[in-house]
Amino acid sequence: MSSWEDEDSAAASAAATTDVELLKRAWRNEKAAPEILHFDSALVSRAREQIQLLEETLDDFTDNGVDDLVVSLYQMDLDRTLFLLRSYLRLRLQKIEKYMAHIANSDDLLSRLSQQEQRFAKSCKEIMEKHLEQSVLSKLPYGYDSVTRQSLSSTEDDMVPEPQLDTFVFCKTKSDVGAFQLDDIGEEVVDLVADDLYVLRYKSIKGLVEAGRIDLI
Amino acid sequence: MAGQSDPHLSLFSPSEVEFVAEDEIVEIVPNIRMEALNMICGDFGPFFPQIPSKVPLWLAVALKRRGKCTIRAPEWMTVERLTQVLDAERESPREFQPLPFHYIEISKLLFDHARDDITDAYLVRSLIEDIRDVRFHKVESGLETISGRTHAVKLKNLSAMEVNIVRPFMVRTLQAFYKHDSPQMIQQADNTGSRSTPVTDRGPRRDLRRR
Repeated sequence: MSSWEDEDSAAASAAATTDVELLKRAWRNEKAAPEILHFDSALVSRAREQIQLLEETLDDFTDNGVDDLVVSLYQMDLDRTLFLLRSYLRLRLQKIEKYMAHIANSDDLLSRLSQQEQRFAKSCKEIMEKHLEQSVLSKLPYGYDSVTRQSLSSTEDDMVPEPQLDTFVFCKTKSDVGAFQLDDIGEEVVDLVADDLYVLRYKSIKGLVEAGRIDLI
Repeated sequence: MAGQSDPHLSLFSPSEVEFVAEDEIVEIVPNIRMEALNMICGDFGPFFPQIPSKVPLWLAVALKRRGKCTIRAPEWMTVERLTQVLDAERESPREFQPLPFHYIEISKLLFDHARDDITDAYLVRSLIEDIRDVRFHKVESGLETISGRTHAVKLKNLSAMEVNIVRPFMVRTLQAFYKHDSPQMIQQADNTGSRSTPVTDRGPRRDLRRR
């Protein structure tokens, strides 16, 4: 009996972890999380390869006169995957544009970006700084001409947009997490049961999202 | 002040929620013969006339629109099952009945493209609409119970589209309470209160907490 169940669950998990499924999860998490998440370069390059392969196959199909119906079905599959990938990449670019100064300040955040994204973040920041410098800051009096600080008397970078990490997010647990502490002092504890839906503070479940134990929706 | 979250960045559009739902698996009965499809999103088929086969909803709809199959309505989309759900939904004012996570999108797609494959389509449709209404009313009254003490909300069995609709209200409400209830904020208010701001500023905040 137990071997049957094992096979079943193994089959189910294999089915649930196609690259499209993984990409969809990454896309949803990225969309729902206030900050930029880790870029899964292995996954993205696998998706790219599969897309390219299917594009080539489709070319062959049209050359070989394969049934229009079959071609159109494969085309839909291709379009859906392309949409996911594009939307995922664009979403990340949007976040980078928005928080470029904040990301550039932190090695941890920078390490979450792909090579191309890092280059994008860097040049985006340079261009923006140059633009602000030329159009506004150079005309402001001394002490008020910083991109990142309101004035000389500011003790920290108070003009750098940062993602709001204590915002609330909708999430779904994949498996039992058990009693989970939401704050630092242990006043707020919730019991996270498998496959349930919660609205929680992003900051407190950040670790679970990164470990892939919980999905944002 | 930095850190205002952009409402558009983290929102799914209804069509994006539908896109996700289109990957749900349904059963079709093809009327043509077709080789297996080895797609990026998975392998389906081979297909033989009158032999049921499982495919994602988008594929089922594409075949249906070309007249190549009939779609078998999912088990839960029957008058009998939905009547039970509606009754249970009405009986328990604080709980949601288990329904597929994408029941709204799935039923909408099937009504739009495979109406003739659903038995008692008219009745099924009005039952689903009633269920939606009852559930949404619960969501709305649930919002009223959020207070400064709310640090987590559990929404067992809430569906994808329902999440999407309630998200902006829920998030902003929780955030506002969290912000005004945080010890930092209260301390700050006390400090400024003792220094310059009139005492009246502290009154209402205290009341809110004690409630």
